[in-house]
Amino acid sequence: MRMKIALAGNPNCGKTTMFNDLTGSSQYVGNWPGVTVEKKEGKLRGHKDVIITDLPGVYSLSPYTLEEVVTRDYLIKERPDAVIDLVDGTNLERNLYLTTQLLELGLPVVMALNMIDLVRKNGDQIDTQKLGAALGCEIVETSALKGTGSMEAAQKAIALANKKQAAKPKHQFSQPVEEALSHIASLIDGCVPPEQARWFAVKLFERDEKVQAACSFSADIMEKIEAAVSAVEKELDDDGESIITNERYTYIAQLMKNCVHKKTKGLTTSDQIDRIVTNRWLALPIFAVIMFLVYYVSVTTVGTIVTDFTNDTLFGEWIQPAVGGWMETVDAADWLTGLVVDGLIGGVGAVLGFVPQMFILFFFLSILEDCGYMARVAFIMDRIFRKFGLSGKSFIPMLISSGCGVPGIMATKTIENEKDRRMTIMTTTFIPCGAKLPIIALIFGAMFGTEQGGWVAPLFYFLGIAAVILSGIMLKKTRMFAGDPAPFVMELPQYHLPAAKSVLIHMWERCRAFIIKAGTVIFVACGVIWFLSNFGWADGGASFGLLDMEDPLVNQMDFSILAYIGNAVAWIFAPLGFGTWQATVATVSGLVAKENVVGTFGVLFGLADAGETDPGLWTAVSGMLPLLCTKLSFLAFNLLCAPCFAAIGAIKREMASAKWTAFAIGYQCVFAYAVALMIQQFGLLLAGAGFTIGSAAAVIVLLLMLYFLFRPAPDRKTALRRAAAQA
Amino acid sequence: MKTLKDIKCGQTVSVTRLNGAGPLKRRIMDMGITKGTQILVRKVAPLGDPVEVNVRGYELSIRKSEAENIEVAE
Repeated sequence: MRMKIALAGNPNCGKTTMFNDLTGSSQYVGNWPGVTVEKKEGKLRGHKDVIITDLPGVYSLSPYTLEEVVTRDYLIKERPDAVIDLVDGTNLERNLYLTTQLLELGLPVVMALNMIDLVRKNGDQIDTQKLGAALGCEIVETSALKGTGSMEAAQKAIALANKKQAAKPKHQFSQPVEEALSHIASLIDGCVPPEQARWFAVKLFERDEKVQAACSFSADIMEKIEAAVSAVEKELDDDGESIITNERYTYIAQLMKNCVHKKTKGLTTSDQIDRIVTNRWLALPIFAVIMFLVYYVSVTTVGTIVTDFTNDTLFGEWIQPAVGGWMETVDAADWLTGLVVDGLIGGVGAVLGFVPQMFILFFFLSILEDCGYMARVAFIMDRIFRKFGLSGKSFIPMLISSGCGVPGIMATKTIENEKDRRMTIMTTTFIPCGAKLPIIALIFGAMFGTEQGGWVAPLFYFLGIAAVILSGIMLKKTRMFAGDPAPFVMELPQYHLPAAKSVLIHMWERCRAFIIKAGTVIFVACGVIWFLSNFGWADGGASFGLLDMEDPLVNQMDFSILAYIGNAVAWIFAPLGFGTWQATVATVSGLVAKENVVGTFGVLFGLADAGETDPGLWTAVSGMLPLLCTKLSFLAFNLLCAPCFAAIGAIKREMASAKWTAFAIGYQCVFAYAVALMIQQFGLLLAGAGFTIGSAAAVIVLLLMLYFLFRPAPDRKTALRRAAAQA
Repeated sequence: MKTLKDIKCGQTVSVTRLNGAGPLKRRIMDMGITKGTQILVRKVAPLGDPVEVNVRGYELSIRKSEAENIEVAE
């Protein structure tokens, strides 16, 4: 018989380590349906028929955060056969709060008292016999990090599941509350499974809206419940939710007094580290140094070396020529060789080139997260980021995105709040990545006829940052992101040394997901773009077929399908000043990889090998985009519009929703269009051109943008009313 | 009436009342700040907000705007 065991516990209690310990390598990582919360499952080592589900780390089963709702829905609706409640022994008091709630679910529960080695090292004593008896569940002492006790806890859980022996919570609320609870339980008798009656009674006492809505009791029953709750509230002079929470903590404080003996002493090592690391004066310099190191190693030095190696040497010199040579020996058709070698391997190679860099980056991020510094990053940066609707943790994705948007987007995993995470995903690619730098260099060369000075690229980082801030402010006021800011009441976990195994597993999971994406969506997209740009109507439109890109006389790309499409849609970009098919085609080819924009111009102007520093190419681009404002408009659009396929793939994965992905890409394109339009049209006006329809459009766009920036945030009541009307 | 926002670093106070409602209030309570709880204000973040407090034996970060909902007495 298949058995499901759920692993529940607070964040930072060692749950991931325990999960890895229990399941070994048999893990499946996905998302909970419809949300961006990660779901992990795996088979228990040595037990093919026991599935362990790693629930999101939560502090409570309240109905407010996404993680909490996912967790309790799973526990209530899916009914695992047993629950292992992982508890951090060094932080027992707060951890037991969740335990008291889990015990009421009517499920078999084993408590794993984790980090027991640290508890002993600190000289503290926990009387597990007494604690277990007082709580009403079995306790196993574990140290997931050292690998002790985990299997024993799992065995106990299996044994309880086989006996179907639900936990019997010993905790009693105060007299009036207990009376109300049993009254509520009798009212809903028959409507809910008997073993869950207490949980439902407590939730109804708390006036939990999610439970009220899900149960749909008759108005009569609801009224009686309400009467019972109000009576107690009046008697105890507090609201139902607060009464329950207060009594739980009072009970836990009592347990702590009876079962735990803490050795009182001064500051722990962790406290001492924290005194320096988040010190008022040292915190920012230390933060800057750590971020610089992460960025320098994973993006600038080692990261670039491995990416260049994968792109230029592994794919460019080894795989592509080898496959090309092999296909020649088997007499494959030219078009097929082209498709496979340049289109598919070339395209996917360009994307896979990021994988080694991602490995390095995620290595650092895992360490920062595991050792507890990530929470401090949020602590230090919160003040700045919440001004425009983001969280302190958005800093890291933004920083990484200045190297490459793909790992930047994937780094958003560390942001707990779903709204913040979605907004960070949407805005982080506005920061120019490494592949956009050649475009900047090319346009700058075309503008001034010299290579750019060192100050140019930073200028466009400011454009990116401005785009992030403006978008943050505008999006925050839309209905999708509106609402009270998420509470930032956040635990600052103890510092500890990260476990090598969990860092490695973490790293591998992230990269594997990306590789799979590259092998599917990106693979197809690259094939399509290759086909469109290499097939066409050669010889004056007489015959359809593969174009000879190396034809010295005629530039064959002019006849490609992509050129026809470019011609057909170029009018879209006319208001931005670059409504030529060449500029359109270059922009589209940027979807495969942004640096392709430069390469495409090279091919289109018959300067195939010209790079972004070639004066010939500068002249050609300058001829196509004669005005200064047009060059800037083209540049702005290419920097801000939809990112490359690899990044779109990352967005799709992190959003875990096609709708949100489309919204993100759509927003980026519209925003880029609006900015480019304003640059072009106001540029024309400044240059002395007359007021045209285009100028009028730019003025309207500007006014709209100002409106979205400065309109008052939709107030909560209207938002609630709307939500109610929809429901 | 003092709130947690007004407390200086290094001081320990006791919670007398929680204001507000909904997710924020519940979150504050879930994290262990309930009536009668002792709170030690550890430090203020380098940019002046949020603050780090010690409650029930662990460290918690809370914004000043949120701390304003927590009435305390010395």
